[in-house]
Amino acid sequence: MNIYLPIAEVSVNVFLLLGLGGGVGVLSGLFGVGGGFLITPLLIFIGIPPAVAVATGTNQVAAASFSGVLTHWRRRTVDIRMGLVLLAGGIVGSGIGVQLFAWLRRLGHVEIFVSLCYVVFLGIVGALMLAESIQARRRTRRGTARRVRRHHWVHGLPLKMRFRQSNLYISAIPPFAVGMLVGVLAAVMGVGGGFIMVPAMIYILGMATSVVVGTSLFQILFVAAFTTMLHAVMNQTVDALLAIVLIVGGVLGAQVGARLSPRLRAEELRIALSVLVLIVCLKLAVDLVRTPDELFSLAGPR
Amino acid sequence: MRAAGLVLAAALMLLPLRAAAEQVVAGLSQTRVSITTWFSGSEIFIYGAVKREAPIPQGAPLDVVIAVTGPSAPVIVRRKTREFGVWVNGPGLFVDAAPSFYAVSTTRPLEDVLSATADLRYGVGLKGLGQVIRLVDAPRWLGEQRDEYLDAVVRLQRNRGVYYEQIGGVTVAEETLFQTRLQLPAQLVEGDYRARIFLTRDREVIDSFETSIAVRKVGLEHWVDEMAHKRSALYGVLSVVVALVAGWAASALFRVAFP
Repeated sequence: MNIYLPIAEVSVNVFLLLGLGGGVGVLSGLFGVGGGFLITPLLIFIGIPPAVAVATGTNQVAAASFSGVLTHWRRRTVDIRMGLVLLAGGIVGSGIGVQLFAWLRRLGHVEIFVSLCYVVFLGIVGALMLAESIQARRRTRRGTARRVRRHHWVHGLPLKMRFRQSNLYISAIPPFAVGMLVGVLAAVMGVGGGFIMVPAMIYILGMATSVVVGTSLFQILFVAAFTTMLHAVMNQTVDALLAIVLIVGGVLGAQVGARLSPRLRAEELRIALSVLVLIVCLKLAVDLVRTPDELFSLAGPR
Repeated sequence: MRAAGLVLAAALMLLPLRAAAEQVVAGLSQTRVSITTWFSGSEIFIYGAVKREAPIPQGAPLDVVIAVTGPSAPVIVRRKTREFGVWVNGPGLFVDAAPSFYAVSTTRPLEDVLSATADLRYGVGLKGLGQVIRLVDAPRWLGEQRDEYLDAVVRLQRNRGVYYEQIGGVTVAEETLFQTRLQLPAQLVEGDYRARIFLTRDREVIDSFETSIAVRKVGLEHWVDEMAHKRSALYGVLSVVVALVAGWAASALFRVAFP
């Protein structure tokens, strides 16, 4: 059964879209990533014009993250205070990122920069997370206790705040900086940044994995809602029909994911996420190096 | 003097007669295509007859070329190039106008029914799309690659199924009645489509006919499109609200269904 999308001006199978939205929704609820780095390429792959895919993807991410955040909220695994500090950093960061993007565009080579950014960040994040979580799993298997709190330079900074849900008493500077870094990357790469945010929260801020997912979703919700508005007003590329079908799949998937997440062990969750990130990274890297069959591509004037 | 005048008069009388020797009279199964939510392509049936006041001319057979062109829009065509060992998109060529749809149906291979000059003049064949695809300002870097880029536009549109030709797609009965069926793809763009019918003999056009097909989004499709472009701020707010309501509804549903 096909559905004609009024803004994308293509006709696509409804069940395919539901499945896509659902699959990405599960990952979103499970890992706390928005799924923008998955949904956008997938939509482009099935023939949605890139501009529409990017804009409508953010709308679906907003829905899936809200669905997930509500479930985490009830379970008290959202650290609002941490989320707001990250968000504040994120807003400053995306402001810088938009400028950086414009500057790179003037220099040329913006595309190569974005592609390499993707591969490098996905690769580093995926590899580090995989190595660490495998180690952690070995440690728990052997029964050796993990060091609960590592004291490093992060704890010596001023402006200390208490983050009750995260069980942290640290300076507000590192979370703000993490939010800012993610904001910069998100603006340049056109993604929500969940896949960078989640590991940063675990490894740099030392938050517990249980709180990380909900808090990350909380922050992504605002970013995605804001980006959707921006795309709708500036580019008019949000396809409401496409969004609704994706959202129906996405919110249901996010619920499944959010319910699955406490049943899985934290280390296993992180291994799964890192493998996913590495697969996407590998795919992108291969595409960059392999000689394409068709060198030319068409795009709308936007 | 008198003889010359007679010849002139005869020539003058002959001229309009010759032009109207064979005329095309045609019709379309529909002049309006509505894009609804479940639209998945459409077929139009184009038929017609040749009107003539004299017996069927001897010699070269009658051929028919039918071309349907969708509304044109600017496109950007890019070529991937290798930079520092990786493939990235090179500079984009801004093409001022490329038809969103182009279909040609003919009785026989295009080069057998239409001379190169006629093809060029009327901009019919997919080879002649150079006339249909308009490039106003060729940037300096383009240089010799112009044709490569324009060919790429045609090739990519062909692969998407929005440009195609049907050789032998037109059937002619008794050198008088002709008909063809053209498939309008699912990825149809809104606008006025131009349908042209050419009668040819000996690779020259002897008469042509033109009409248009109105392709319009209707119902929900029309409403969404209007909202997105005319009231984009409200549309953006609504998009976010729909997302939040759906997110909440799913969460509530799961809480009730699987406590």
